[in-house]
Formats: sequence, structure tokens, C-alpha cells
Amino acid sequence: MDVKVNILRYNPETDRKGHWEEYILEADPDERILDLLHKVKWFDDGSLAFRRSCAHGVCGSDAMVVNGENMLACQVLVKEVSTPIKIEPIRGLPVVKDLVVNMDSFFDSYKKVMPYLVNDAEPGERERLQSPEDRDRFEDTTKCILCAACTTSCPVFWTADTYVGPAAIVNAHRFVFDSRDNASKQRLEILKDVDGAFRCRTAFNCTSACPRGIQVTKAIEDVKRQTLTIN
Amino acid sequence: MKVIKHSFDGVIVGAGGAGLRAAIEAAPHMKLAVITKLYPTRSHTGAAQGGMSAALANVEEDNWNWHAFDTVKGSDYLADQPAVDILCKEAIDSVVELEHWGLPFSRLENGKIAQRRFGGHTVKEGEAPAFRACYAADRTGHMILQTLYQKCVSMGVTFFDEFQVLDIKIDDGVCKGVIAYEIATGNIHIFEARAVTFATGGFGKIYKVSSNAHSLTGDGPGILYQKGIPLEDMEFYQFHPTGIYRLGILLSEAARGEGGILRNKDGERFMERYAPSIKDLAPRDMVSRAIATEISEGNGAGPNNDFVYLDLTHLGAETIKQKLPDITDFVRTYVKIEPINEPIPVQPTAHYAMGGIPTDVNARVLSDATGTVLPGVYSAGESACVSVHGANRLGTNSLLDIVVFGKRAGQSMVDYVSSTKPMALSENAAEDLTNKIENLMDKDHNLEFSVPRIREELQDTMEENAKIFRTEESLEKQTKILTDLRDRYQNVTISDKGKVFNTELLEAIELEYLLDMSDTTVASALHRKESRGAHSRVDHVERDDKNWLKHSFAFKNDASVKLEYKDVELGNYEPKERKY
Repeated sequence: MDVKVNILRYNPETDRKGHWEEYILEADPDERILDLLHKVKWFDDGSLAFRRSCAHGVCGSDAMVVNGENMLACQVLVKEVSTPIKIEPIRGLPVVKDLVVNMDSFFDSYKKVMPYLVNDAEPGERERLQSPEDRDRFEDTTKCILCAACTTSCPVFWTADTYVGPAAIVNAHRFVFDSRDNASKQRLEILKDVDGAFRCRTAFNCTSACPRGIQVTKAIEDVKRQTLTIN
Repeated sequence: MKVIKHSFDGVIVGAGGAGLRAAIEAAPHMKLAVITKLYPTRSHTGAAQGGMSAALANVEEDNWNWHAFDTVKGSDYLADQPAVDILCKEAIDSVVELEHWGLPFSRLENGKIAQRRFGGHTVKEGEAPAFRACYAADRTGHMILQTLYQKCVSMGVTFFDEFQVLDIKIDDGVCKGVIAYEIATGNIHIFEARAVTFATGGFGKIYKVSSNAHSLTGDGPGILYQKGIPLEDMEFYQFHPTGIYRLGILLSEAARGEGGILRNKDGERFMERYAPSIKDLAPRDMVSRAIATEISEGNGAGPNNDFVYLDLTHLGAETIKQKLPDITDFVRTYVKIEPINEPIPVQPTAHYAMGGIPTDVNARVLSDATGTVLPGVYSAGESACVSVHGANRLGTNSLLDIVVFGKRAGQSMVDYVSSTKPMALSENAAEDLTNKIENLMDKDHNLEFSVPRIREELQDTMEENAKIFRTEESLEKQTKILTDLRDRYQNVTISDKGKVFNTELLEAIELEYLLDMSDTTVASALHRKESRGAHSRVDHVERDDKNWLKHSFAFKNDASVKLEYKDVELGNYEPKERKY
């Protein structure tokens, strides 16, 4: 079948602003959106820029806006979206070229929440024990692949890019609710801040956007509630 | 082209599990940079699923000697046994260390790390499948990658994200640094560094159907091969038995570890005929051969009889949800079937390179078949060949390999840096690379010599002639095809002449590495006139220990490949017939 694809193109070396380009591609309904982008790049215009690596939804490289919604291009099939297929870069981060955005501020926000286990107690020669129930408390947020689909779908983030955003809060949640971690208080202090979790207006865009099925808004609510337990 | 110079003691190329583990070891002791063509968390370690083996004995009696026996037997006796001992012995502390750094392993009721069965892992040297693989659901690799990156963030390790290393500078046999291309700007960066570790992963993109990421193009091995460093055991390439039909997306062996069964078109559990004692949990080379045989004998399913089924329907929804959530989601996403109710169409998929850059057990790169160390250059993980996997890697041993030998690479960097002085690189050190890039940019684009066309033909023909079963005829045919592709590659052209995010340029350079990987794979396979592990010669079906208990070293010799050999280091286990 022929599929009409519109891609928002921008080349900083030649364009003053972005413009839509239309491509008519021969495609199988079972192909991924990523396969369509490769068809354009490999057999039509080699300058098309997008990130991709694993091509099956685990590396988080290819978050983009497809027909208005954030998704991973490798995780959605042609038959699942309406045509013409409109593809744009994720919003709220500066566009570098075509579908590639600058991720620096996204990773800076992630690093702000101390996204690592803090526990200075001598752990001994064997593993620390943790019950399956304790592990379940943060299971959902361990799945994050830092693709930025959640953060760049958030209307609060679009208007206030100082907001740490859903992804950073998800990664804080992963440690705040880990029974082995001792730095919850410090993390929650950071998230109580003006650019922290309370900026969330529960639009739920992040939850719908998450390609890993993480209950992002719930995680943010969990963190908000937990901040009330510290002084 | 703008050239920018940096000065470090050590550089690590690649930020997957091996690179990050090396960084954690080296960073406190030197000025260190980690350079990756992706973002660290995009590395393909994150796609590993089933587990990481260590004889923790949390579920049942176990000890590392049994793990070593299984690894040696699984390798079809090609692994170097002293290296295997290190791998299996250090496995235990490596798993515990990752737990201490926060890795969220799945847990047993008593709070210890959970362990599951996996192919080729047994108790008491073959008695029964062993519960040895430590896991975090079916996303163990993701958790390892995240945990190691988190640890690096906590330590303030310096990263150069989306910088692609394209050259190494070795003067008079001594390493002086690397040259990288900054993807966002097209600027060239000279990194002075007297210790360099390559942890660039595999090269599954030489085949058409592969579980590998697009980024896995053999960059580290390619860069060194072009400098005259040999590549070891390249004929041994692993095909994972259960890739999703046509797509090649990996469905973990954990699916069979948890009780999944392979069936042919008649619903027969055919592995009972090929490996009567451990059946579906036989090592990957045997299971992939069994599937290929079933298909060639007409027992494959589907209109073209070209796949078999992975049947999980008897496991129950709860086990699938708890233990195999990701892989069953892949099936729902890409095949649109429900694995709780329906068997999954699968076929073998190109998965893992046992071969690669030759190293000793301290990750020091060897420049010949006699064990000469190349000062200052290290490699770990899939890009390296220690060799702990020999002719066939056991499932879970790759995640182990990256942390055990990644750590050793970091230690070796520290030892070397502390006993040597900084070395300077001249301003024109980037000249070879800038010339190469300018040459590619200046040529007018010609579709006949475009990257995708040459690459597609390479992948199609490697799939046809150098996959699971090989013959002298198929390999000679492929040798000729590779010569032709190489000729065409000399004229390769690109259409994008820009500086910003010119990934077409990088794909062109990566294609040369893919050609190098294919040349060495085919030449090594053509010369090895026996069948061992993943290397199956239809015209030489027996293993031949008398003549071939040795590692291949493939050297670049102008346009062809020159082969030398090195004896396998034996240990506790004498080569025996390999039955399961």
C-alpha cells in the first residue's frame, strides 16, 4: 500500500524555520513508523536526521510526535495510525535538525534528583535482603528508559522549562520507594522546590505518552504525598 | 573542519555495560573521558533480558566450578579455561556488587536475589538444569545499564555523548589517543589519552535478521583491524534460537527457562530428539541448528514452512506477567498475538559475536597470535575476545562478561596510567580522519554507490551464505561477493553534505567496519575445516580437536585476510563429546 507521510523538516544550515515535506512511501501495514523514516533516509533523502538504535522500544532514542501524540517510532505500526502520518520532533526542547532535539536540559533535570542509590552502611559480603513486596513498591518506575516522551508531552513543561518534569520525578520515585535507599529526604527536599513535583497539574499526558506503560502521574502523586512526610 | 583538542589520561570508547563498569573502576584514579556515539542509556546492554549467571546458590546447591564446566562445555571446548575460571569465580562478587549499587534484582520470598534456569547451565556437570541466572524480570540488561550509569552519575564521570570515535593514534606501537567526530556539529575532537578501552559492543548488522541495534556495526574491532590488529575467532557468531519471525527481535531464553517449549508445525516438541536430557534448554548453537534443520526438512510452520513456535501457553498468565512481561509485550506490539493464548512464531536471529579484539584476562589487547600486548589499549565486552565464550556463548554469560572484564579493563588502565607519563599528540593528528571525511563529502552522490544499497546487499548475502550452516561453496561464493562489495565501497557516496547530525556520513564510515567484520568472519569460517559450536560446516561435520583446538587470528593483508592460529589454553576439563 502507498502511505502519505508528512515530516516537519528543519536544517539549521539552510533553513530559517521548519517546513513540512510530503513523502509517498510503499509500505506494509505491519511496518514500524521507524521503517518509514528509514525508507525516506535510505532511498529518498539521506539528510533526514532522527535518532534510533534498538528499534524495538527499549533504548529510548526515537521518541517523536506522530499525529499529535508522543510515541517511539519503533513501537508503533503503520496500520495503527491514521494517514497522512504527520511526524514532528518532541516539543519543548530545542530542535537540532529535523526530528533531533537537544537533550541536555532533559538529562540535567534527571541528574538533579540524585538518581542513584545512597546507602553508606557497610553492606557486607552478600546481597542486601529485600522482600518481593518491598521491591514491588518501585518496580513500575525502574522501567524508565529516559526517552523524554513523558516530559515533552507535559503542558507545564512546555510553558516552564525549569520544571524538572515527569521523567526526573519518575527516577526520583524509583529511589524514594526503594527500601535500601537512605537519601529520600534530600530528594524530596529537591522535589518540594518551586520547580519540583507540585508543578504537576495531573494532565495525565505523561501517562498516555509513556512507551513503557509506567503510571507516571501516579508516581508523581506518590512523590507529592511522600514530601508531606518530611519537615 | 574545526578541530578541538582535549587532554585526558584515559578514554573509554562505548558506554554500555563494559564501558561503564571500566569507567567506575578508572575514574577515581585518572582524568577520564567516556565517549559514546549514543547516550549511555541507549546502549544495547539495555536490551539484554534474561539474566546474569553466578553460583550464588540462592535456590539450590551450586558452585562456580559447575558454572565453569558448563561454560567450557558450552563453548565446545574452545574457551580458554583459565579465563573461564576467572569469569565464573568473580561472577559472585560482581552480582553482589551490582546489588549494592542498587540494581533491583527480582527477589525470592526470603529476600535474596532470585535465580532462574537458562540454556546450558546445569548442576553437577550436566545432571539437571541449574537455577543460576540472577534476574530482574526479563529486563536484566536494562537494570544493569541503568545501575552502572546511575553509579557513574553519582561519581561525576565525564561523558562525551553523541561523539563517535573514528580513529586511534598508535605511534611506534604505543597508544597516544583517539580522534572523534561530534555528531551535533561535525567538529573533530582530538583526545590525547595514553590508555584507551574499546567497549563498543558487537556487529550483528552484518546479517539481515538480527537482534542487534542499528548502532552495532563493529566500530572498535574495525578501527583496530584497520591498524593491523588481528581479530580473534570471528567465524563463531551466535544465532539466538528465538527471534520474532522476520523481525529478529529477541525473545529471551528465559522464556524456556521458565518452561516454554519449542514446537514444529505438527506441534511436536522437537528438542526431545536433539537434546534428550535438557531438551529446550540446550545451548543456543544446538537449538538454532535444530530449528534450521526442522525448517529445511519441511517441519517449519506457516505458508513457507520457515518458522517454528515458541509455546508459552501452558505457563499461565501470572508467570508470564511476573517473569516475562517485556518479551510478551514485544509479541503483542509487533505480532499482534496474545502469548498467553497462542504460540509465537520464531526463527533464529543473529545475536552475539563470540569473536572480536583479542585480549588477555586483564583486558589488554594483543597484537598477534603469540600474545604480544599492545601497550595502552584495552577491550572488554562483546567487542573483545578473551576468550571465555569459545565457539558458543551460554546465555547470561555476556552480562557477566561485561562486568567482570569491564572492571579488569578499568584496573588495567589504572595500572598503566600510574606507571607512564602523558603523551602528546600533534595538531595534525586528525589529518587521516579529516581527509577521509572530506573525501566522502566532496564526491558527487551516485545512487549506485549509496550506503543503503551496498549494506543491504551485504546483509542479504551474509544471511544466505554465512549463517548457521556453511559450506566451502557458500563461503567461497561470499568471498567473491565481498570483494565486489568492497570495490563498490571504494566509490561510496553520500547526499548529505551538512555538518549538523550528518548520520549518513557516519553510516558510510560504519559500513566499512561491517565489511571488515564480514571479511574476517567469512575468511576464518572458510579456513576452519571442522564444525565446532556456532560454526557448522556441512562439508566437515565433526569437531576435529587434533587439528583445530585453536583460536583463529585474522589480520588485514591489503585487500585480503591473513590467518594465524593460537592454541587453546586448557585447564580442568579435557575436551569430550558434547551431548546434552
